[in-house]
Amino acid sequence: MTAVRAASQSASILPLRLEKLGYAAGGEMLIEAIDVELAAGPRTVILGPNGAGKSLLLRLCHGLLRPTAGHVRWRGDGALLRRRQAMVFQRPVMLRRSAAGNIAFALRLRGIPRRVRQAKIAETLARTGLSALAHLPARVLSGGEQQRLALARAWALEPEVLFLDEPTASLDPAATRAVEALVNDIHRSGTKVVMTTHDLAQARRLADEILFLNHGRLIEAGPAERFFARPATPEAAAFLKGELMW
Amino acid sequence: MQTILAAFDSALQLILRLDPGLIEIVLLSLRVSLLAVALAGVIGLPLGAAVALARFPGRRFTAILLNSLMGLPPVVVGLVVYLLLSRSGPLGVLGLLFTPTAMILAQVVIVTPIVASLTRQVIEDLWAEYREQLLSLGCGPLRAIPALLWDGRFSLVTALLAGFGRASAEVGAIMIVGGNIDHVTRMMTTAIALETSKGDLALALGLGIILIVLSLGVNGAAYLIRDLTGGRR
Repeated sequence: MTAVRAASQSASILPLRLEKLGYAAGGEMLIEAIDVELAAGPRTVILGPNGAGKSLLLRLCHGLLRPTAGHVRWRGDGALLRRRQAMVFQRPVMLRRSAAGNIAFALRLRGIPRRVRQAKIAETLARTGLSALAHLPARVLSGGEQQRLALARAWALEPEVLFLDEPTASLDPAATRAVEALVNDIHRSGTKVVMTTHDLAQARRLADEILFLNHGRLIEAGPAERFFARPATPEAAAFLKGELMW
Repeated sequence: MQTILAAFDSALQLILRLDPGLIEIVLLSLRVSLLAVALAGVIGLPLGAAVALARFPGRRFTAILLNSLMGLPPVVVGLVVYLLLSRSGPLGVLGLLFTPTAMILAQVVIVTPIVASLTRQVIEDLWAEYREQLLSLGCGPLRAIPALLWDGRFSLVTALLAGFGRASAEVGAIMIVGGNIDHVTRMMTTAIALETSKGDLALALGLGIILIVLSLGVNGAAYLIRDLTGGRR
């Protein structure tokens, strides 16, 4: 499991520091003045209502979007940063190849040699319970299976940080449980998990630490236990009570 | 009516007894058009993908240009290639005029914009779908070209078939640069034009039937490919 990580240098890219981070589009501030530090270890859940800017924040952290204000600072330098991160999207993006082929594609991009690749694919599929589906076209798999395959593909890269954008938003309860179990497995393997959700129950199940977002601003950040027991802000309290926020 | 029926009858006989003259023409036509489509694919597929993915000034213009070149009149292409290849033209020394190579060249010019333009559309749609995931995996636009061409393979085969349909049905360009020389550059379409004007309806009809069957076959194949892959989209 350490082959890939060892190959791409061992120094950590964490903590991730967001400094006065902002993102504007069409003259509107969608993310505003976010200052926070994400350390290795705890599962971070970015929580907030729809339209709070959770997905945007994740994309800014991952480098898919360029901030219009402030900075996203990783430890260490440019070239290796992207190789140490992975992201799973709300709707799994499957290439028109077999399940195994999808993982192979990602490994090939990382320059993993062919011999190592085959073993790695088999191992990843086994760990995620997808071995039986290895040779099926990824696009004929069910939504839940596709999302698990997306997680498997990300996990195969042995990222130091894994971003998950509402990974269960379009799944049924059984598939949601499977995905959550997988997220925990990945967390236990030593990968920092940063995940967005609008689902309070899911946040309670998965979060070690909460970033509560509303209207593009970071309202509250801290340990999940404290956040759920004693929210420090009226907005968070209202959200926890299920009151709509505007 | 009688003459037409008689001509139809002898046309069928020509086909059924595999008349050597007819077979020669059909084989040459297939060779020229297939090679032209293959070359157009080699040029057009990466070109279309590059236009879809690259961000450069004038990209929209290039896309529009490719689109309008799809309707390039074959006679004009024939004329331009003729001027290039004629004795006094810039490529005259090659002595290619009135050879199958000249016909292939002209058809490449006709088919490449078709392949490139359809490819651009296919790849642009795929990129819109894959962009974030591929960037996340560390796959930039340049590296994405082969990946997207592979993932668009079923749609791209239909693009190539469309190109083949156009090449095999085209008469204006090959007539000019090939010259319709018996046993050398006589293709199905040019033979049909000639034999009809000579009044040899049997051969013209026979070739016409084969051409239509071929075009039906190509379209049928395109439909089948779409159909078979429908579940994977």
